[in-house]
Amino acid sequence: MSRVVHIASNTFREAVRDRVLYNLVAFAVLLSGAAILVGQISIDIERLVVVNLGLTAVSLFGVVIAIFIGIGLVSKEIEKRTLYTVLSRPVRRWEFIVGKFFGLTGTLVVNTVCMAIGVFAALLYVSHKFQASDRWILVALYFIVLQFLILCSLTLLFSSFSSPLLSAVFAFSLFVIGSFAEDLRGFAGMSHGLTQGLATGAAYLVPNFSALNVIGQVAHEQAISGRLIAYNTGYALAYSAMAICGAVLIFERRNLK
Amino acid sequence: MFAIETINLEKTYAVGFWRKKPRVALRPLNLAVEEGEVFGFLGPNGAGKTTTLKLLMGLVLPTGGTARILGKSINEAEVKAQIGFLPEQPYFYDYLTAKELLEYYARLSGVEPKERTGKIDAMLQRVGLAQAILHDPKVVFLDEPMSGLDPTGRREVRDLMEELKQQGKTVFFSTHILSDAEALCDRVAVIHRGELRGIGRVAELTASVAGKVEMIWNGNAVPAGFSGLGAECHISGDTIRAALPEAQQEAALEILRRERLRLISLTPVRSSLEEYYLQKVNSAAKPAGVAQ
Repeated sequence: MSRVVHIASNTFREAVRDRVLYNLVAFAVLLSGAAILVGQISIDIERLVVVNLGLTAVSLFGVVIAIFIGIGLVSKEIEKRTLYTVLSRPVRRWEFIVGKFFGLTGTLVVNTVCMAIGVFAALLYVSHKFQASDRWILVALYFIVLQFLILCSLTLLFSSFSSPLLSAVFAFSLFVIGSFAEDLRGFAGMSHGLTQGLATGAAYLVPNFSALNVIGQVAHEQAISGRLIAYNTGYALAYSAMAICGAVLIFERRNLK
Repeated sequence: MFAIETINLEKTYAVGFWRKKPRVALRPLNLAVEEGEVFGFLGPNGAGKTTTLKLLMGLVLPTGGTARILGKSINEAEVKAQIGFLPEQPYFYDYLTAKELLEYYARLSGVEPKERTGKIDAMLQRVGLAQAILHDPKVVFLDEPMSGLDPTGRREVRDLMEELKQQGKTVFFSTHILSDAEALCDRVAVIHRGELRGIGRVAELTASVAGKVEMIWNGNAVPAGFSGLGAECHISGDTIRAALPEAQQEAALEILRRERLRLISLTPVRSSLEEYYLQKVNSAAKPAGVAQ
């Protein structure tokens, strides 16, 4: 297990040294600019705008990082042959994949925590105080992290058998389709015959990112039920675990030419 | 127990768009390397040397056959703790310093923190080799360790390999630099087009060939009588070099004495590893069938 930790920490170190966390600077500029602007032009909806904009930015920045780092996690190591000196040690292939997954997830969690501090700071700037309903912002951030968990596992799955470009296309497509998973399920419910079967299959196969997106509700100060939190947690963990198992199964059989 | 043993180890890649076309990278390979031996794995580019090493490292999966290292399957994690591997033209994480890189590899190999510090400091010079030996493996695999090195670097690698041998380690290295193989190896194997063509002790392969001797003396013309001895003579400046059957040695010396010519050297002709290598590589495909 310690080897998983070493691979994860090395992956995290790579992301940090590749200046991935520099995106925080862009985020800070965007958010502070928006907060100042909103404070000047909007009346009574400053909070709504800052929460909406802040959480959407957290999500989008994270998605871009998850896809663009995730797609190269395995393929880059094969291409540069750095994997040879790792797998010729007492490191099992599944340990390598799981370590990479935790490394990327860890990077995104740190990134999200930094951005969350920025969101709360902007919120404090425009509202001058925190409200009890602001705790739901933490739930929305938690759901965003769950999205990253799924996305990281999917990019790793694609990265274990395909080229970085195709992996990026697959992962981004699944993110977009998954963001409309609830609509897809609604469409399946209204369809008949073969179309219904296909739509239902697709709706349950793609990750349900729309259930993990509660930014609108949180911005309108609506509460998030404990049941949804439990359901989303279980769903994200199960989905990621399955995707990681798939990545391991493929990678175990792969020839590192 | 052999340090390295392959039993009908083979690899065929499926190539083409539909992956239906087979491309043989390694034909059934039977090889055994004794513990403490320096073993050279020779062959031209594309012969199957790297494929063999990757199969032994578990980086590619065999199509058939098995391989054992120190008597255990190559898939067992304990075996990996006992081996070191230097890939051909290695590339390392460019975001890590040399020290961080070695620390990372040491952690993955399970080297205790106390042992790590001293070893790493001493090994920073040659990171590639260092990462392969820092965990004190019993068997070391080196894929073209001299390629891309300057003469000093080559010398250092040779010294290191000799040191490993003195420590009783088994060294399996691939190369097409035959002088290195001749200088370092106890035994060598020649592989070509994925097929083992020959294997043997370097000393035996380079032993006297058919009792020939080489004579070198000062002179401008080949003395009369040499042609009758079956000698092949070459004139270079004011020296003449002749290769002739050992049985004619005394007769040739008598001619030189009679002609009052100064003999510079008289040595038995030895086959070089290069001759053996070229003979095996150029010969028609014929499995060596040698087990050890």
